[in-house]
Amino acid sequence: MSAPPSQNGAIEAAALRSDRFRFEREADWKRLEAIVVRMEKGQLRRLSDEDVQALPVLYRTVASSLSVAREISLDAATLAYLEALVQRAWFVVYGPRSSLWSWLRAFLGGGWSRSVRAIWLDVLIALAVMVAGTAAGWLLVAGDPDWYGSLVPGGLSGGRVPGASREVLQQTLEATDGSTGLSAFAAYLFSNNAQVSILAFALGFAFGVPTLMLLVQNTVGLGAMLWLFAGQGLLLEFVAWLSVHGTTELFAILLAGASGLHVGRSMAFPGQLGVLEATAVAGRRAAQVMTGVVMMLVVAALLEGFARQLVGDSLGRFVIGLFMLVLWLAYFLALGRGGEEEDK
Amino acid sequence: MSPAVPERLRRSTRDRELVTPEGIALPITVASKGARAGALIMDLAFITFLQIVTMITLASIAFGGLANFFEAGDKAGGIGALEFLFVLWIIAMFLFRNAYFLFFELGPRGATPGKRLVGVRVAARDGGRLSVEMVIARNLLRDIELFLPLVFIASAGDEDAGAAMLAGAAWFLIFALFPFWNKDRLRAGDIVAGSWVVEQPKRKLEAAMSATQEEDVDGAPAPAFRFSDEELDVYGEYELQTLERVLRENRPEALANVRQAIAGKIGRTDGEGEERAFLDAYYSQLRARLETRMRLGERKADKFA
Repeated sequence: MSAPPSQNGAIEAAALRSDRFRFEREADWKRLEAIVVRMEKGQLRRLSDEDVQALPVLYRTVASSLSVAREISLDAATLAYLEALVQRAWFVVYGPRSSLWSWLRAFLGGGWSRSVRAIWLDVLIALAVMVAGTAAGWLLVAGDPDWYGSLVPGGLSGGRVPGASREVLQQTLEATDGSTGLSAFAAYLFSNNAQVSILAFALGFAFGVPTLMLLVQNTVGLGAMLWLFAGQGLLLEFVAWLSVHGTTELFAILLAGASGLHVGRSMAFPGQLGVLEATAVAGRRAAQVMTGVVMMLVVAALLEGFARQLVGDSLGRFVIGLFMLVLWLAYFLALGRGGEEEDK
Repeated sequence: MSPAVPERLRRSTRDRELVTPEGIALPITVASKGARAGALIMDLAFITFLQIVTMITLASIAFGGLANFFEAGDKAGGIGALEFLFVLWIIAMFLFRNAYFLFFELGPRGATPGKRLVGVRVAARDGGRLSVEMVIARNLLRDIELFLPLVFIASAGDEDAGAAMLAGAAWFLIFALFPFWNKDRLRAGDIVAGSWVVEQPKRKLEAAMSATQEEDVDGAPAPAFRFSDEELDVYGEYELQTLERVLRENRPEALANVRQAIAGKIGRTDGEGEERAFLDAYYSQLRARLETRMRLGERKADKFA
C-alpha cells in the first residue's frame, strides 16, 4: 500500500520503524473509520458502492495491521486505537443482519416450522398439561359446582354461571348484529393474549414450573365452562363457538407454554453443553417460536373479533376452526423440511 | 497471539477477550452495572414520553374529530372513528412496550437510544453475529424482569396492597440483582439469548510520538540527548507506556517529576529546564530499543523483568 505523496515526508521523518509502519497504513485506517462511522449512523445510502465493497477488505487489512502492530509496536495509543477500530468494524461486519425483511422471509418460509418441530417434546408435554387442566376443571366443577366461581374469573363469565338457563347460555353463543365495536374487541383480545403468552414463555426461566402452572390455570376455566354448557346440552354449540378462534389461540398458547418449558428444561437438564450455552441455544429457538406465536395471536384475535361474531351457525364455525387447525398443522409439519441443517 | 500483548494501562475486572472469526483476539469491556441501569432508566423515560405524546395526539384527534361527527348528526360514524382510534391506541401501547427495544437493538448500532447515550451496545457472547432471535429472546424476558412486577404492584387491590408490594418488590429485586451474581453482568434475558452488553469503544488516532523528532532514520545528527544501552535497559514496556501517557498529557509539573525520577534512576544530571526534550529523547530511544528487542523475540514487560 503506497502512501499519498503528502505523507511521504512524515514517513521519512519518523524515527521508529513502528511509526513508519503506522504512517504507511494510516490512510486505510482513516477510511475504514469513516465508513464505520457512517454505517453506525445508519446512513447506508450515503455510502458509495466502492466503500461498501471495500469494507470487508479494509476490515481484514486493519485487523492484520493490528496483529502486526502488536508484534512490532509499543505505541499504546495507536494499539488502543486499532483495537477499538477493529472492534467497531467487527460489529458492523458481523452486526445484526441488515434487513429485517430477509429475516422475516426466512422465518416464515421454514425457520419457524423448524423451530416448532425442534421442540416437539415440549409441545407434547404442554399439550398433555393443557388436556389434564381441562379435564381437572371439568371434574372439579362436576363434583362441586361451587368451584366454578373460583375457576372462571367473574369478568369472563358474562352470564355463563351454574344454574343459568339454556336460553341465557345460548344467547352468549350467538352472533351479534353489525360490526360496531368488533375491531376494538379484537385489538384488545390480541394485546391481552399476547401478553399472557409472553408471560408463559418468560416464566419458563424458573425451570418451566410456573409456565405449567399458568397453562393449568388457563385451561381449568375452559374445562369448567365445557361442563356448564354440556349440562344444558349445548356442548357441541359451545365447542363450535370456541373452535373459530380457539384452534388458533389455544395452539398459540400451547406453543408459548412449550417454548417456556423448552428453556426451563434446558436449564434444568443442559446435557453436554454448559448451562449457559444450553440455555442460550434453547432461548434462541424458543424466541423464533414466540415470534410466530404473536403472529398467530393476531390471526386468532381477528377470527374471534370478526369471524365468530359474524358467523352464527355451528357448522360454519366448525369449518372455520378445523380449517385453521389443519392449516397450522400442515404449515408446521410440512414447511422447511430438509433445511434442518441450516439452523445448526 | 501471545498472551503478553502490550498490557493496557487501564485494566479492570470487566475486561474480556473476544476472538473474531479471523482469529484476532480483541479486548472487550463488559458494560458496568451503573451504565446499564442509566441506559434503562433513560429508555423507560423515552418510552413514557412517546406513550404520553401518542395519547395526547389520539385524545385531541378524538375530541376534535368527534365533535365534527356529532355536529353533523352522524352518530354511527363518530363511534366508528372513536373505535378506530381506540384500536390504534391499543396497538401503539403494545408496540411501545414490546417493540421499542427490538427495533433499536436490531439496528446497526445494536443499542437503544439510552444505551447509545451511555456508550454501550448488545453483542453476541460467542463472538459470532448478533442474530434477530437473540434480540427477541433477550427482550421477551424483559417482560417478567421489569414490566410484570410493576403491573403486579399497580393492579393489587387496596386491602392486600402491602403484601403485593412486598411480593412485587422481591420479584423485581431477584431479577434486578441478577447481574451481580455472574461475572459477565448478564441479566436473565442475556442468559436466555446468549448475548451480553459491552462498551462501545470510541478512540481517536493520536499523533505519532516519534514523528515529531528531528532525529534521522540512522540517528546521524546527534539529538539533544543520547542515552546509552545501559541507561535504557533500566525500564520495560510498562514504564514506556506510562511515559507515553505523561508525554501525551503534557503537564509541566508531571514532566518535571518524571524527568527527575528517570534522571535519578539512571544517574544523569542534565535536562533540567528542558524536560520535554529530555523525555521525548528518552521515550524514542527506549521505544526503539524495546521494539528492536521485541522483533528478536525478547520482551521486557517492566523494570523488574
